Amino acid sequence: MAVAKRPRLRKLTMHLLLVPFLVFALFPFYHMALTSLKQDRELYDRHAVPLIIRQGPTLEHYGKLLWDTEFLTWTKNSLIVTVLATSVSVVIGTVAAYALARLRFFGVDTFGTGILVPTSLLFLPLAQVVNWLGLGDSKWALVVTYPTFLVPFCTWLLMGYFRTVPKEVEECAMVDGATRIQALLRIVLPIAIPGLVCAALFAFTLSWSEFIYALTFTSSSDQITASVGVTSELIRGDIYFWGSLMAGAVLGSVPIVILYVFFLDYYVSGLTAGAIK
Amino acid sequence: MAVRADDIPVPRGRPRLAGRVREWLDQESILGPVFVTPALLLLVLLVAYPFLMALYFAMSNAFIGRPSEFIGIRNFVRLWDSDAFRQTFQNAFVFTGIAVAFKLVFGICLALLLNEQLWFKRFIRGAVLLPWVIPTALSTLGWWWMFNSLYSVVNWTGIAVGFMDPPGPNWLGQKYYAMTAVVTVNVWRGLPFFAITILAGLVAIPRELYEAAEADGAGPVARFWLITLPLLKPVLAIVVLFSTIFTFSDFNIVYVLTRGGPINSTHLFATLSRVVGIDTGRIGEGAAISLYLFPLLVFVVWAQLRFVRKQAY
Repeated sequence: MAVAKRPRLRKLTMHLLLVPFLVFALFPFYHMALTSLKQDRELYDRHAVPLIIRQGPTLEHYGKLLWDTEFLTWTKNSLIVTVLATSVSVVIGTVAAYALARLRFFGVDTFGTGILVPTSLLFLPLAQVVNWLGLGDSKWALVVTYPTFLVPFCTWLLMGYFRTVPKEVEECAMVDGATRIQALLRIVLPIAIPGLVCAALFAFTLSWSEFIYALTFTSSSDQITASVGVTSELIRGDIYFWGSLMAGAVLGSVPIVILYVFFLDYYVSGLTAGAIK
Repeated sequence: MAVRADDIPVPRGRPRLAGRVREWLDQESILGPVFVTPALLLLVLLVAYPFLMALYFAMSNAFIGRPSEFIGIRNFVRLWDSDAFRQTFQNAFVFTGIAVAFKLVFGICLALLLNEQLWFKRFIRGAVLLPWVIPTALSTLGWWWMFNSLYSVVNWTGIAVGFMDPPGPNWLGQKYYAMTAVVTVNVWRGLPFFAITILAGLVAIPRELYEAAEADGAGPVARFWLITLPLLKPVLAIVVLFSTIFTFSDFNIVYVLTRGGPINSTHLFATLSRVVGIDTGRIGEGAAISLYLFPLLVFVVWAQLRFVRKQAY
């Protein structure tokens, strides 16, 4: 009996040990959501318990955010920038990754190291380049610059996937008369769909979250993205902004959360791909 | 996967130009470069070229809206006269060192726990990874509110539990507390990356090794030190290298939480270079500050190529 019980005890202990980690990971989100739903009266009552809502929830902060600020414009900008930058990067990354993985070719490491260039190294000169291109204070500047960190990432991720597709499958098609491009489009890409999904997801997440370029290259409130809008336009001397601010942080994360719920496994595999391969 | 021959159209009587292009693209020596060109062009125009510009800016007295002159390495040297820069230099190492150390230790613990038989595996994994996918600037706003000087939920909880004397620390207004806050948020955000990647490394360790060691009488602690840790080394090395770069060059957390304050005590290279390069317009000096990130970058890339790749292949 004692032997049969021990694995259960162990399992229970492991779950208990996980609790602090889970609280640490999730509490900030809980508190953000809670704050965004609380009435100002309770929010700014220093004797109230900050961990729960006692006086009833309200959607007032969300209403304020949606109708009194330009939050919807910022979100639209974020969507435009993210969708365009992601599509362009996945296409460029796919062809580059195929060439680097399949065709004997130099320069594989150049792309590998491209991932490691942090955005905070180049934002000053890039701001200058953006101005020369006539894209100063425009969301199109972001569409042009985001691929600089998305393409190396997609290339490197997809290279790993293409290497797992056996060369023979392709060669078979080519023996049957297909050209290399046909073999790529009809044979390799369908097999590599999980890789493409993964690359697109990561590119989407990275560009949705990008902050320093967006903050530097755009400033008018009809051009900025959601992250920049919420962090800079909602903070205005006024004291009573916390509810709307948290509502903005919550709503600004919604697109990512939706993707995340549906594609969790892709996130896990994409994240680990680099370190294990 | 079966390939049906009739799926693939066989070109008949091809038109001249299209046919020639197709024939051309069928050669590896041509298709390769054609496929790599867009990516290469992008990297040259928007990474390599701006990098050279950064080098030039850093060696000039460039100021917004004024012609610049070449002044050699004077910016790099003169920065050392600035208290703000010396403080930033120190901050960057303290911040990176402490944050990466915590992420590594907790990351290993968390990965070991996640590797156990768990009841709600998917839910737990999802929860653990969440801080890493949510836009950092936005989630840091949540932390900003949690560290608020009047309504801090951290202090409220600390006081309620008896950890702190009221009113508790002013997290973002006092020197060492501000650094603690910034490090905490960075650990919070970076821990998932460590945990999930290390977990993948753990899963790849063959079970037989543990069984053999157990048969030889090795306890759990010995098994961890003699099997788990040595076999995780390549994964740990990559995770630490990646994380070091992105922690060292962090911008979002400090910018949202403290803007580098109080009195520059949390400034990092990226945030200081923004203040100097954009807010005060001294582009040359700002570029010089951000280029101080570069030696570390070179070191990490070198280390990765030298040690990590060698072990991986």
